[in-house]
Amino acid sequence: MDSSLPLLVAVLGAVLGGGLLGWSFRRASQSPALGAGIGAVAGVFGVGLFMAPLNFCTFEADRTTADNVFGVLLIAAGFLLIVLPVRWVALRLAAGQRLIGAQSTPGAFKGTVLPWLFLLPTLTVLVLFLYYPSFDTFRLSTLLARLGTPRTAFVCVNNYTRLIADTSYLNSLVLTLLISAAIVVIGLVLSLTVANFAYQPIKGAKIYRALLVWPYAISPAVAGVIFLILFNPTGGIINYFLGSLFNLKIPWLNDPAFAPWAIILASVWKSMGYNILFYLAGLQNVPNDLLEAAAIDGANALQRFVRIVVPMLSPITFFLVITNMTYAFFDTFGTIDYLTGGGPLSSTTTLMYRIYQVGIRNNDLGKASAESIILFVLVIGLTYLQFRGGERRVSYGA
Amino acid sequence: MTVRTQDRVAVAGDQGVLAALKRLLPKRWYAHLVLWIACGLIGFPLFYAILVSTQNNSEVFAYQFTPGANFYANWDVVFNISKLSAYMVNSLIIAAAVTTGKVILSLLAGLAFVYFRFPGKWLVFGFVLITLMMPTEILIIALFRFVNSLGWGNTYIALIVPFIASATGSFLFRQHFANLPAELSEAAQLDGATPLQFLFRVLVPVSWNTIGALTVIQFVYVWNFYLWPALIIQGQERQVVQVGLRTLLGGDSAVRFGPMMLGAVAASIPPLIIFLLLQKQFMSGFAITRDK
Repeated sequence: MDSSLPLLVAVLGAVLGGGLLGWSFRRASQSPALGAGIGAVAGVFGVGLFMAPLNFCTFEADRTTADNVFGVLLIAAGFLLIVLPVRWVALRLAAGQRLIGAQSTPGAFKGTVLPWLFLLPTLTVLVLFLYYPSFDTFRLSTLLARLGTPRTAFVCVNNYTRLIADTSYLNSLVLTLLISAAIVVIGLVLSLTVANFAYQPIKGAKIYRALLVWPYAISPAVAGVIFLILFNPTGGIINYFLGSLFNLKIPWLNDPAFAPWAIILASVWKSMGYNILFYLAGLQNVPNDLLEAAAIDGANALQRFVRIVVPMLSPITFFLVITNMTYAFFDTFGTIDYLTGGGPLSSTTTLMYRIYQVGIRNNDLGKASAESIILFVLVIGLTYLQFRGGERRVSYGA
Repeated sequence: MTVRTQDRVAVAGDQGVLAALKRLLPKRWYAHLVLWIACGLIGFPLFYAILVSTQNNSEVFAYQFTPGANFYANWDVVFNISKLSAYMVNSLIIAAAVTTGKVILSLLAGLAFVYFRFPGKWLVFGFVLITLMMPTEILIIALFRFVNSLGWGNTYIALIVPFIASATGSFLFRQHFANLPAELSEAAQLDGATPLQFLFRVLVPVSWNTIGALTVIQFVYVWNFYLWPALIIQGQERQVVQVGLRTLLGGDSAVRFGPMMLGAVAASIPPLIIFLLLQKQFMSGFAITRDK
């Protein structure tokens, strides 16, 4: 590695950060010099966020091009991760705006120590059991580490670059996205349809609603156990029905083409209660006079549903897409572990299931941590979308 | 309601046998039909599990749709041989502990966020908010190492303490308190109440819906713990019910469906009871974002 490289990157970060914030401040009619100063500092921290702990190892002489590219990506990611939030906060502070919305403090109590005391238990738990493990996951992902052995070796970004070349990992990534998409689409379409009927003013609506939402309380693991008998190849009741009705016999749990569907169906069943619950709540916010006006104009029930109800529910749908994706990523673990154990032929090994297999069963902590970080990035993307969706929901007033 | 009148007019306008038939059927019969099918499909897996829990394997393989004669034999396997009740007690202990702890910590955090002005509040707020992006599952390996290094392996504490605080709980109460009238705290201050007196005498009595909602979410969440206890709890003694169900799967050779389904049903009863008891609070109190 060229020893002047860190300095060069730092200067680059300072120039880019300073330029970006200086320009942003000028556009917001604030002092460009102040913006440039803040941006330069943020930029230096940003480019160093991942590279300083890695000691610029991706640019050492014996590194491959893939490592170099990965290093550049890490520099860019760190830069954006620091500079964009700083820009947001700095612009708001400079304009004298509040940072956390309408923060009414009705009849505030006096005391500056007391609130910290009240927050202390929460903050302690969050730091110890969420922040520290997050940080440690990053650290582990650059190491060769095993449970029970204190010795570790620094391997730079090898755990990541090994993954890119690993077809079983890429298969798992695609599989996870496909299973998630299926759970989201099938689950939400069914839930919205059912919720729309359960919302109508009919006799016994309350009883219907109670009979529809209870799977919320069933665990993913129990869903796996129950579907184990429904899908059982010899004594399974689903094949019994399919056999007597259509003369079909599907090897649900033994065939890589069908096993993911067993997981999808069990998960859709388990999460429908939650989805219907939220759709029922959302339907209460669809104004009745709008539906009545449409009915008078001659729109039939289906047209009213497609043209009015579905668009009015889009904020709820959006929220449910995110929560169902999260469910598909993480909570399906229990279902998979009981129903298929990740097989057959890894056809139900989702990213989360892989982390467990690689990290715990194969005891490769570094590789499992690298996989965790990649899943982390996916979740951060989802959460970001959720926040943007949340803002939009507020502005629509729905 | 105009919509309903419209439908009725349309029905009356139809002629012939079809109209007569329509008059015989209940109003919105199609909705009843769809809901019957939906309730049936959603209920079927649990219904069938209950049915199988009374049967032995030969009754299961004969697709017998009446209760079998083996409920007591299955009961014996589940509760006397596999001791599922002991696992259920463990789950109950940690679910009750986490739920109680989280309600109290979240009430305190909500109090600090809404009823105090202090420098750096927005930073703390952001600090808590960011944890929404950190699902425990992703951190499971680092968390496992850390909790083990604290010497908490194989203890209830490992199942309780890491989960008694969360952004969801804090923000649920923050939002609820922020929507309460300001007169509440002003009156309390005039009466010379301390913040804690204000919290427990004034805020808690008007927050039961939110507390109920958080209780349902937390109880169900913790009762359903699977991966974490499977890793951190080694022996049978302190294991939770979702992992304990595995003992009913038996070895590779003889899967006995009856006990397995009885166990699955039994393991679902406590969260179902909590959910059904607090359903009203849950529905009215939720502005929930995550089950965390």
